[in-house]
Amino acid sequence: MQALDNVVVLDLTHHIVGPYATKLMADFGADVIKVEKPGGDIARQLGPFQGNEPNPEKSGLFFYLNCNKRSAVLDLRTAAGREALACLARRADIVVENFAPGTLERLGVGYDFFKTAKPVLPLVSISNFGQTGPYRDYKATELVMYGFAGEMYSMGLTEREPVKMAGTAALLESGAATSVAIMGALFASKRHGIGQHVDVAISETHFGGVDRRHATAIAYQFSGRKTVRVASAAGGLPQGIYPCADGYVDFTNAGLYPERVDDMLDHPDWNQDPRFQDPIQRLDPFVVEEWNAYFLGWMLERTKRDVWAEARRAKLLCGPLFTVEDMFTDDHFRGRGFWTSIDHPDLGRVEMPGRPLLMGKGGWALRRPAPRLGQHTEEVLREAGVADAVIAGVLGKEVAR
Amino acid sequence: MNPKPLEGIRVVDLCVVWAGPFATMLLGDLGAEVIKPENPHVWQPMTRGAMARPPKILLDRSIAWAGALPDNELTPRPWDHSPTFVSLYRNKRSFTVDLRRPDGMDILRRLVAVSDVVYENNATGTMEKLGITYDSLREANPRIIMVRVPAYGSTGPYYNARALGVHLEAVMGHTLLRGYDDADPSANTAIYSGDYLAGAQGAFAVMTALWHRDRTGEGQLIEIGQAENAAAMFTQAIMDYSLNRNVQSAIGNRDVNGRFPCGVYPAKSPGTSETMDDHWVSIHVETDEQWRAFAAAIGSPAWAADPRFATNDGRAEHFREIDAHIADFTREREDYDVMHLLQAAGVACAPVLEASRMFDDPHLRARDFFKRQTQQTAGTHEYVGPLFKFGETPIEFYQPPVMFGEHNDYVYREVLKVSDQEFESLRAAGHIATEYDPSIP
Repeated sequence: MQALDNVVVLDLTHHIVGPYATKLMADFGADVIKVEKPGGDIARQLGPFQGNEPNPEKSGLFFYLNCNKRSAVLDLRTAAGREALACLARRADIVVENFAPGTLERLGVGYDFFKTAKPVLPLVSISNFGQTGPYRDYKATELVMYGFAGEMYSMGLTEREPVKMAGTAALLESGAATSVAIMGALFASKRHGIGQHVDVAISETHFGGVDRRHATAIAYQFSGRKTVRVASAAGGLPQGIYPCADGYVDFTNAGLYPERVDDMLDHPDWNQDPRFQDPIQRLDPFVVEEWNAYFLGWMLERTKRDVWAEARRAKLLCGPLFTVEDMFTDDHFRGRGFWTSIDHPDLGRVEMPGRPLLMGKGGWALRRPAPRLGQHTEEVLREAGVADAVIAGVLGKEVAR
Repeated sequence: MNPKPLEGIRVVDLCVVWAGPFATMLLGDLGAEVIKPENPHVWQPMTRGAMARPPKILLDRSIAWAGALPDNELTPRPWDHSPTFVSLYRNKRSFTVDLRRPDGMDILRRLVAVSDVVYENNATGTMEKLGITYDSLREANPRIIMVRVPAYGSTGPYYNARALGVHLEAVMGHTLLRGYDDADPSANTAIYSGDYLAGAQGAFAVMTALWHRDRTGEGQLIEIGQAENAAAMFTQAIMDYSLNRNVQSAIGNRDVNGRFPCGVYPAKSPGTSETMDDHWVSIHVETDEQWRAFAAAIGSPAWAADPRFATNDGRAEHFREIDAHIADFTREREDYDVMHLLQAAGVACAPVLEASRMFDDPHLRARDFFKRQTQQTAGTHEYVGPLFKFGETPIEFYQPPVMFGEHNDYVYREVLKVSDQEFESLRAAGHIATEYDPSIP
């Protein structure tokens, strides 16, 4: 038994934010019926592709985001498509969508459509800037969104342009936040019988996000102070990112624990200099520079893994800068069973990150690979009791597989 | 008024720093009652600020989000005003108890007995030293759900590594995957996206476990190995390695899917980056059609008609040349003007907004996003609003950022039903306080 295996999610989302949110539901047991438009989720067009050859069944991004889901292709511009959707809605527990605001209403399948199908059915709508307001129809990509709503302004070097996170990290953050909204809406429906429309603006999941943005806003409200764009560059004793024999290592707040630093270094003579121990002199940039010169010597004699092992022993806040390869092959995560794999008819055996967290009961499971486009159209429509004539209409419209 | 989604659920918040408190904040927003036990005799250096009683110069010198004070004045209760704490402690209650002593642990046991969830994200070993384990909590309440957030999980060679979000992200590849493509990785700012992901998924996990408990009556232990949890954010890089053994590296502000142009460009600025008045605008063109719309929107300059730029492959090859042209266009224009101009043409564009400027944004005002809250000692300020707008069960800020020990009376007398006599003896024993012990710096 999985915790959510009595939940049916009617998933009208595409790209990254919505699919990541519903992936979490699916991974913990929910039956996620992924409704794709003819042609499929745009993420099928986005890489990385196996062999770098674009192919809608070979996107690593799509694969990761859509395992454990079933795919049904519906053309919501047709009466058959909308009728099939109504049937799916009646046996669903929640609907999630991320079309541009107003799109579902124009197709005649807005919140009222779902409310009519089933009054307690919540609809979670995800959009860039929300369902209302002057930017309602504005476009955003990960860069544009994170620059506007996340704390990107203060990332990078003071004399250069702000620089964002890697890949589409900000969208995956918003996907995780959206899973919270989905579960909240499910609880309101199941426990209190309340159906409702939930407006998730990706921008607002960042304005209110824990990664500095909310705090920079409060800091300004309190004091008028703004947060400067500064790098983590080695600040001493140690603090920041330092080179070592085979890469880099990051330290934070080690200066708060001079005795632990001395322990990590194995008590070298140079570190016993009274100036390095005196709390006031330790603030002197020249003293810091001198200390860093000694410390760099120590660092450059060691690999990132060696440095981290010493830092762990001394209980310092520290992390080596791993490449994806370092991380992928690392014994710790391998030993914990973090990686998982599953067969796919087009990709073969695919290895990927497994459980995002461990639940003692009803936890994560990989039950099926990402679906081929429309692989389950007929199956899910029959389960939902859709009339034969409607199914025929839907399949007739569908790109033949 | 409708009940909130999690009305009736009580969460004990034994959290520190960011990842845990973000999870419990989301649960509080959805209506759970979140109660934070705090110890007046122990200072945790990254939750209510660096020090209990910091010298003002330390705060003035620290980055604004860590050290800014209401009206730039050091109050007698700086622990109530650390911006990072304040940003995570609305809709929560605080009471004090010294968990290092048996009578304090007895109070926790009594609280757990009438709670649903215990959430902790302390350094590995901290809870064990206090004697708090899943088994001990289950003795107090067989239906309890406990969430633990060890940085690298509770097993394996790194089980006891200390880490903030920035460190475990480094291990999961983020620090080498982000940042300028032409600078040393030390040019990267310390960020904490792993705390965002783990916090959000922690709230999700709690609700999933509550769902399971509603069905089966069973509580459980949840472990979020925060590093493993963060991996999802780097999906493209991980899957590229998995499928192709390709090791990705930093590409600055460019698009991981290679659609050009995509970047951050200078806008007309009232000041410099030294005064934090430099303005920038981000622009991302995703298709050839959008490229043509973009060129028309900026007045069809001759350079943009260059046939080399007509296709994405051509723009990818010549992106630095294109970026220089775009910067020439944006440099003398207001960032908001560029946004409205390009958005009207269907091109993704927005200012890179320094935090103070969001309070002037007309869209956020139109959505009534900000919430005014009054904290007794900090005064009245505008706060960033909730993450979601629920139509029938709106998220409200019913409790302003909580002050240390603010709910001692409520928790001891109403929740735990202690007698007046017991309350007085707990107070005399130093459990009940509204300030940190004077010996703590």
